[in-house]
Amino acid sequence: MPRQSIVVENLSKSYDNVKAVHAINFNVDEGEIFGLIGPDGAGKTTIFRMLVTLMIPDEGKAIIEGFDSVSEYKKIRKIIGYMPGKFSLYHDLTVEENLKFYATIFGTTIQENYYLIKDIYSQIEPFRKRLAGKLSGGMKQKLALSCALIHKPSVLFLDEPTTGVDAVSRKEFWEMLKHLKEQGITILVSTPYMDEAVLCDRVALIMNGNILSIDTPQNIIDNFQEDMIAIRTENIYRLLNDLREYSQTKTAFPFGRFVHYTDKSGNVNEKEIYTYLQSKNYKHIEMNPVKANIEDCFIKLMKQ
Amino acid sequence: MAEKIIQVKNLVKKFGHFIANDHLTFDVYKSEIFGFLGANGAGKTTAMKILCGLSSPTSGEINIAGFDVYTETDLIKKNIGYMSQKFSLYEDLTIEENITFYAGIYGLSMKQIKEKMDVLLSKLDLQDSRKKLIASLPLGWRQKLAFSIAIFHDPKIVFLDEPTSGVDPITRRQFWDLIYEATHHGITCFVTTHYMDEAEYCDRISIMVDGRIEALDTPDKLKEQFQAENMNDVFVKLTRN
Repeated sequence: MPRQSIVVENLSKSYDNVKAVHAINFNVDEGEIFGLIGPDGAGKTTIFRMLVTLMIPDEGKAIIEGFDSVSEYKKIRKIIGYMPGKFSLYHDLTVEENLKFYATIFGTTIQENYYLIKDIYSQIEPFRKRLAGKLSGGMKQKLALSCALIHKPSVLFLDEPTTGVDAVSRKEFWEMLKHLKEQGITILVSTPYMDEAVLCDRVALIMNGNILSIDTPQNIIDNFQEDMIAIRTENIYRLLNDLREYSQTKTAFPFGRFVHYTDKSGNVNEKEIYTYLQSKNYKHIEMNPVKANIEDCFIKLMKQ
Repeated sequence: MAEKIIQVKNLVKKFGHFIANDHLTFDVYKSEIFGFLGANGAGKTTAMKILCGLSSPTSGEINIAGFDVYTETDLIKKNIGYMSQKFSLYEDLTIEENITFYAGIYGLSMKQIKEKMDVLLSKLDLQDSRKKLIASLPLGWRQKLAFSIAIFHDPKIVFLDEPTSGVDPITRRQFWDLIYEATHHGITCFVTTHYMDEAEYCDRISIMVDGRIEALDTPDKLKEQFQAENMNDVFVKLTRN
């Protein structure tokens, strides 16, 4: 049994009358990359704030590296790194000054833990005299990660580090996380991009303050046991409308150039659908069985 | 051939010595969904501001919905709609107030506004919520409403800047339904996104790298050209080199 870096039990939080987080439970093993996957408003940031001791839960508890998030918050703050969703470094300090500031606060120096941030920081080091406020989005993100790492935390909390970041930079960012994992750092990361789920060891899919499912990405996909086909015609808008009117349709959602179709019966009768679409006068009809991806699974769980 | 609703020829925009847009040339056709992709900092926002009449190009010939970007920016603004994820509606105004406010800016009469608002609210199933503050609406609803308001004055083109960031997968698809529907009614949609699967919903896509358009075609042809399985691979291949 691996040691658990994060233990969350029945954690709840409300704002006025809105229940932001609803009695959730999950554990993160030491050295694991654990993803909180869900749209805006799912409660991801609220969970983060409670775990990094910036907010007191209404109910339940969170244990980080054996310390209670309420009674032992000072101990937790020393051993975690937190990168909030909103860029919160000092705009009017330079790149280097920001990093030095965070190192000093945690009683260390840039030199002491430089090896840990080298891969990331070396990319922005040529701009170390530039004000943080003048950096591009990708560079800000790298600086924020460097600052969150400079005291060699044992658990890293990354709240939507890749939101609004282009596909290439996102890929690079995940490669950096893999390296950090190899150094033994536990990582809790949130993202609204479903395709990033497969880059985590385990994920919790979250919606409206509830966890829909916790598992490895592969198991989540394997649990999608309905038949599904991908259909394509020359006009996707017309196809969507026609499929929604079809009596056997359970779901029909666009995925790229295709529409993913599931049937009320659980089994897809391709022949019947083909006949139906032919009656709607499509010139090109393409159909293939298709395996569900994380988004298909999320949609299915949302509908349950 | 369909009517060209956006015509861009050799668009250059410089900030000092920095060339943000380096001779962009492309056309967008009426009723098309045109995906405008690129890495962060590639120059998308700069170009989009010029196309919306908010910023002047350094040089180039640009015509938007029949109007010139140097001399007819007011007419451009009247004939386009705009929506972004970052800012869309006033949270401390009600649904009704937001609609009236935006439609009023675009010069619709109170009578027109009232008629069109009733149709819109019943279509979105929001009749009972018309007096609710935007702040009380879930994000997904807000985005759908924001889009509907962006096309409330029947613009020829609507510019959508990352309209679906952070939205759940079902709402994201419902949002694309609205886009399909709008183009079905003759509105051209010019859209930026970081979701590569959404890039495939577009009729044609351009991909910008360091201020230039490095690729422009249908998603299928781009995948073929770059021997890639999906748009994500196309994007990575183009922007990493």
